[in-house]
Amino acid sequence: WRARCREYDAIWDAATLKESKRAVNSIRSLVEEEDEEDDVEKVSWSGEPVGSISWSVKETASSIRSTGEVRDQSFPKINTAPSLPKNSSGYSLSSLFKAFGETSIRNYAPELRKPKSEYKVRYVYSLEKFRSLQDKLLLLDEAVNAHDGNVITAVLIYLKKSLSKENLFRELITREIALRHYIHFLKEIEEQKLLVELFKSLDRTEDMALMQYRDHLNIRDENKRRDFLKSCLSLPFSPDDATHVQDHYTLLERQIIIESSGQADIFKKYPRKASILNMPIITTLYYSCFYHYGESDGTYSSPANIRKTFRISDKQFLLTCLGARAKLKAWFDVDALFTTKNWLGYTKKRSPIGFHRIVDILQKNNAPVQVLQEYVNLVEDAEQKISLAQKYKCHDVIINTYRDLKDRQQLIVYRGKVERGSSEYRKIEEILSNSVR
Amino acid sequence: MMHTTASSHLTLPTVRAKMSAHLSYGRVNLNILREAARKELREFLDKCAGSKAIVWDEYLTGPFGLIAQYSLLKEHEVEKMFTLKGGRLPAADVKNIIFFVRPRLELMDIIAENVISEDKMHSPRDFHILFVPRRSMLCEQRLKEQGVLGSLINIDEYILDLIPYDGDLLSMESEGAFRECYLESDQTSLYHTAKGLMTLQALYGTIPQIFGKGECARHVANMMLRMKREFAGSQTQILPVFDSLLLLDRNIDLLTPLATQLTYEGLIDEVYGITNGYVKLPPEKFAAQKKQVEVGKDLPTEPKKMQLNSAEELYAEIRDKNFNAIGAALSKKAKIISAAFEERHNAKTVGEIKQFVSQLPHMQAARSSLANHTSIAELIKDITTSEAFFDNLTVEQEFMTGVDTDKVNTYIEDCIAQKDPLIKILRLVCMQSVCNNGLKQKILDYYKREILQTYGYEHMLTLNNLEKTGLLKPQTSTRNNYPTIRKTLKLWMEDANEQNPNDISYVYSGYAPLSIRLTQVLARPGWRSIEEVLKMLPGPHFEERQQLPAGLHKKRQQGENRTTLVFFLGGVTYAEIAALRFLSQMEDGGTEYIIATTKLINGTSWIKSLMDRPEAP
Repeated sequence: WRARCREYDAIWDAATLKESKRAVNSIRSLVEEEDEEDDVEKVSWSGEPVGSISWSVKETASSIRSTGEVRDQSFPKINTAPSLPKNSSGYSLSSLFKAFGETSIRNYAPELRKPKSEYKVRYVYSLEKFRSLQDKLLLLDEAVNAHDGNVITAVLIYLKKSLSKENLFRELITREIALRHYIHFLKEIEEQKLLVELFKSLDRTEDMALMQYRDHLNIRDENKRRDFLKSCLSLPFSPDDATHVQDHYTLLERQIIIESSGQADIFKKYPRKASILNMPIITTLYYSCFYHYGESDGTYSSPANIRKTFRISDKQFLLTCLGARAKLKAWFDVDALFTTKNWLGYTKKRSPIGFHRIVDILQKNNAPVQVLQEYVNLVEDAEQKISLAQKYKCHDVIINTYRDLKDRQQLIVYRGKVERGSSEYRKIEEILSNSVR
Repeated sequence: MMHTTASSHLTLPTVRAKMSAHLSYGRVNLNILREAARKELREFLDKCAGSKAIVWDEYLTGPFGLIAQYSLLKEHEVEKMFTLKGGRLPAADVKNIIFFVRPRLELMDIIAENVISEDKMHSPRDFHILFVPRRSMLCEQRLKEQGVLGSLINIDEYILDLIPYDGDLLSMESEGAFRECYLESDQTSLYHTAKGLMTLQALYGTIPQIFGKGECARHVANMMLRMKREFAGSQTQILPVFDSLLLLDRNIDLLTPLATQLTYEGLIDEVYGITNGYVKLPPEKFAAQKKQVEVGKDLPTEPKKMQLNSAEELYAEIRDKNFNAIGAALSKKAKIISAAFEERHNAKTVGEIKQFVSQLPHMQAARSSLANHTSIAELIKDITTSEAFFDNLTVEQEFMTGVDTDKVNTYIEDCIAQKDPLIKILRLVCMQSVCNNGLKQKILDYYKREILQTYGYEHMLTLNNLEKTGLLKPQTSTRNNYPTIRKTLKLWMEDANEQNPNDISYVYSGYAPLSIRLTQVLARPGWRSIEEVLKMLPGPHFEERQQLPAGLHKKRQQGENRTTLVFFLGGVTYAEIAALRFLSQMEDGGTEYIIATTKLINGTSWIKSLMDRPEAP
């Protein structure tokens, strides 16, 4: 694939696809008439073979109209169709009871043989015969040994009802598998509080914190969400995550403020497409650079303040800011982003990112050639500079570079590419005639 | 020639038998399993005597489609089908209402709503539930709490553990399996795996040898051996079809699914996603195939849905090829078909013409198949020839060959700055981490900060999940052993031949999937030769033997191939499947493979299953 990739493209284009397409088309015209009697499986436009289940669901659900006679399309009947072994969960349950010896089987197993609709009721009842803690734990261990999650859960439901949580927690700590099922079970039935207590007693505080934090996703109202995040701040996160949660809270707090501030005229000129609430920080920074540029550092909505509060890297800040200002065609602001002054007052352009990327971003935002070529000029690598200049038609840069390289030959070649009589053309002529041979 | 008007369906001469025929082509006749599942379904339907309507958990219609068509249900008095929705059930003059559902609590609430709002005076209908693949205490408990348990006549389960997906492929279609096993340490899906393997052994005989690598593999093998002891009385008297079973944990090879698959089928999955054997494609390219006149009138806006399996001759031929070999394959096929149609000029006698005409249906099927795949190939080519695809692939290949995996990667940095889809970023960062045996703390922190700042702080939940599963981790003091693994197992082949492959590395244009190398080495010369590497990968490796009843020992003919079932716990990619098929077809390979898995995955669907807040689609 690698380097060969390009090579294959050519082969692809020229020979193969077009050819097979052509073939397909020519064949089609040949057999157009027979088309109607196509003997292949009919497929509705959505691609479901007609008669497939999902197609039929749609069909019967959407109209009461009878589907009429659907031809028997079943498979060749195998008269001696093999049977699957009957080893449903009922089986594991009975094997579970086997573990309790003959008497237990007599006591409990008959219920299991009843029709299933009956057994479920009595079966819960039958578990209640396990009274002592010891019996209950034996029951749990046997369930775990049977590996059937359904059975384990059934026993756990019973234990949850019949044991104090302190007792249950204590016993679960030494029973890893049962514990996992219990956690899963509590999650399923959304018993958040009990889960929190369980994690605490297990000393799995980080899991607990993350689980609680996760809940913010279910809160729609931004003020409630913010308050909830605030309440998360005291949870025992790992140091890294604690920072992230703090940032998350601060961000939403800021967004609520920013959402309702700003100068009316810019919003009128560039109406917002969406609310800033719950957007990532980089998006928020972009928004700030777009609508709140030039505000003093002290305001919450100013880019500088956001940059500082959220420790945004120089690169990210520059890219985001550049994107926003270029979008507004505020070329002066763009210019200022890169300009640094040394102590003598000389200005110089610097960037934490290669200037070739700056050029790309500006070009994507339809920057005029004058702006573009200034940045193309700042690209250090000469070859890269020329190729960028050619890509974006910055004639001056190309001509000057060849002039500086004293590359007469290239200049002559380039003269052939520009329009005769244009200012570029004249410039090349001038250089060629002035230069020393 | 409109495509979906109801009337056009009614009088179809179909060759429906074809639908399942592809399951019987392979080395092992998987249609037996399908037939068994169908029999089970018929039996359940007959339990509810009288006319019936089925209310579907929509998710199940896909997997069920692999087992049965509507016609089977109709034969058993299923007159209506609805999608499970809250509120009141639609009117239908039937005796039974059957809910086909997964055991999920939220679905129980909907069922309860349906049952409660039923008008009992006017339409006394019986309610039943069929749980797929297992009934669940928890769900029944919920139904009881909702006060509807008593209204249900019949609660049953339809054990659909292993679904025959293709002639050599079985899937449990259990989306959450990896997450459950490796993140939540919930082993329920492993229990189902073991059960599914028991079913398989009941139909195809006891598998004499079990090999495995990984914690979950060990666990499944233990359960199987235990279940066998419990079933000791009811030994199957079937000559074993499989010679051995290889159980592989997904987490011994976290790298492979992260890489972009480069086979035809793999790329279709990467780009459009294949679900339950179907793919949805943008309709534009396919519209042109209809008669020209109509194109302007009703340009379809709905995606074109296509079934993809080996029942289609052309697809079976090209699915596992490297995408760079697809153009040539299609053009060769086009020439053959053109030539076949040209034959009509040579048909002079009535007999010859008859002969030609009789072949027309087959030729037309081949033609439309060729047209479809030419269109798909064009769609995919647009993507594979893009700058972005090339750059991404370059970085992946750098990581896999161990170039600069210990530095912040500027391409990843740029992608974050451009806000490329988060899953793409996560795939790359995880890949770098896996290929470097963890990232330096400083680098890991840097990526994490960039990701959280750009995509939102809530993704710290996802990052935590990735760390827990080992996909992303800080480097510990131990040295990076990935280069050793790569060299020992020859995971990188510098001169992979994409057109005429001689090694499995062609499926990723250079990278040979680790999981499949392990499979290959196990067959020859055996794992003893790579003990060192096996120790570097997580979890135990083991071998177990299962006693066969006397008289069932297979007497192998000279030169007869062995049949191995490879079970991927936690998912397998199409490219890995392609690599195994390649090994099956090798002349001196000596082993043919049947593949089973909890779920067919790709890097994107896999990472998505680990996210706590998946991106909006």
